[in-house]
Amino acid sequence: MAIVFTETIPLASEPDVVTVRRRVREVSAKLGFTLVDQTKVVTAASELARNTLNYGGGGSMVLETLNGPRIGLKLTFEDNGPGIPNIELALRDGFTTGSGLGLGLGGAKRLVNEFQVDSRVGEGTKVTITRWK
Amino acid sequence: MTVISKNQAANLADLLRGHQDAILEQWTRAMSGSTRRSDLIKESELRAQCARFLKVVATAAESGVSDLQSPAWGDVREMLGEISRSRAQQGFTPSETAMFVFSLKRPLFERLRQEHGRDPEAWASTLWATTEVVDELGLYTAEVFIKAKESEIRRQQEEMLELSTPVVKLWEGILALPLIGTLDSARTQVVMESLLQSIVQTNSKIAIIDITGVPTVDTVVAQHLLKTVTAARLMGADCIISGVRPQIAQTIVHLGINLLDVTTKATLSDAFSLALKKSNVTFARNSEQK
Amino acid sequence: MEKIPILRMGDFLLVTIQVDMHDRLAMALQDDLTQRISETSAHGVLIDISSLEMVDSFIGRMLANIAGMSRVLDAETVVVGMQPAVAITLVELGLSLPGIRTALNVDAGMELLRSSNNGN
Repeated sequence: MAIVFTETIPLASEPDVVTVRRRVREVSAKLGFTLVDQTKVVTAASELARNTLNYGGGGSMVLETLNGPRIGLKLTFEDNGPGIPNIELALRDGFTTGSGLGLGLGGAKRLVNEFQVDSRVGEGTKVTITRWK
Repeated sequence: MTVISKNQAANLADLLRGHQDAILEQWTRAMSGSTRRSDLIKESELRAQCARFLKVVATAAESGVSDLQSPAWGDVREMLGEISRSRAQQGFTPSETAMFVFSLKRPLFERLRQEHGRDPEAWASTLWATTEVVDELGLYTAEVFIKAKESEIRRQQEEMLELSTPVVKLWEGILALPLIGTLDSARTQVVMESLLQSIVQTNSKIAIIDITGVPTVDTVVAQHLLKTVTAARLMGADCIISGVRPQIAQTIVHLGINLLDVTTKATLSDAFSLALKKSNVTFARNSEQK
Repeated sequence: MEKIPILRMGDFLLVTIQVDMHDRLAMALQDDLTQRISETSAHGVLIDISSLEMVDSFIGRMLANIAGMSRVLDAETVVVGMQPAVAITLVELGLSLPGIRTALNVDAGMELLRSSNNGN
């Protein structure tokens, strides 16, 4: 898969989440995503960026545009925070439940085509999502 | 991949250079009426194309390069590509297009017979080399043609998809979306997005999705319908699903889909009545008859 | 820090969210609104999100919080102008925004508030 363009955005404070939303919107629009698909990937990015900042203690997002044979957008969120103790639970977790971390990973997963979580307690978390055009 | 010997390439080049006019004459005559399609391409234009093609092939053959895929034969491939794509667009058949190249065989063989007729060995090998070259060029033409047709079909499919999403305004603030035919996931999504867009544009509080014309509803489509109703509600509009036939009702219950939240009506007419009532619209019949 | 303006329209309050909010701004809005509702004894709150191109779980929770707090203060909340792409994404996300009433635009929203007030 050819990576055409890559950009790293630090996630250290709240305005950075706004920057993530803006950049993901710009890049997905440029790639020719439909309006609905743009909104989906921007929303997923917003959720994950916020997790990295608030739960992970800060980190970064790497943005990559993919170009062959399919056009797509790949986002990787990484932090060195506490990690997620029970990933399966977190994925099933809804927004309305009082229990759980409220990370909304399950929701974000539904908005993208590919979703991967790597997390180790005490070491950090890496979430990678891909949305195809 | 055709690989002819340098010798044969040189022979071909000689042949073309030496007898270009005669070959051109025979070639254009050889293109029978049906292949020629004088309704689609002018006589003069066809002649010009043929002349140019012969020149380009001669140059390529002269380079002595035997591999027809190599850059030396690039101009030939490019020209064939252009001709093929434009013929595909104009409405030529694949055969008619490929015949542009194949009909070159006869005039070439004629020339070759005159040159080498008395030497069976030379005759046979040049004949074979020439056949191979013409065949490969002809096949290349056909392939480009097919690719061009495929992308045209794809484009038409997209256009049809857009056209088949009609949203109708029944009344001020009341929209109807009559769905007809089998719904697949992609089409349903496009149609639903188009409905939501119309709701905003027309400020309609009520949208009737009529599935009278839909023979079967499977889980995927039913879920899309439900999502659309939920999305419309989030936006501030209500949906009524009409045309729910007994079979479809059974399927929905069987699939365990919860339609408790959604208003359904058997006919579009009933749905419209309900919509008018919700919009506080009443009709009065004229009592006076003149 | 910039604040989101709250307009008073008779018995109602109107908030138009036009800027891409970061979390602190959203929290400030919640606080400001609750304060204004009690100050003015408003009976309705209209939140216009027609300029919002994205609503994620945090903003969704903010809207739910505003609706909840307003209700405690005897005011109804109506969210208006949600864009189709946003609605579709929220449904996919699984956010149903329970207890939040919605309308297509500010006018429809006001109508909704007035009719519910009359009903009381």
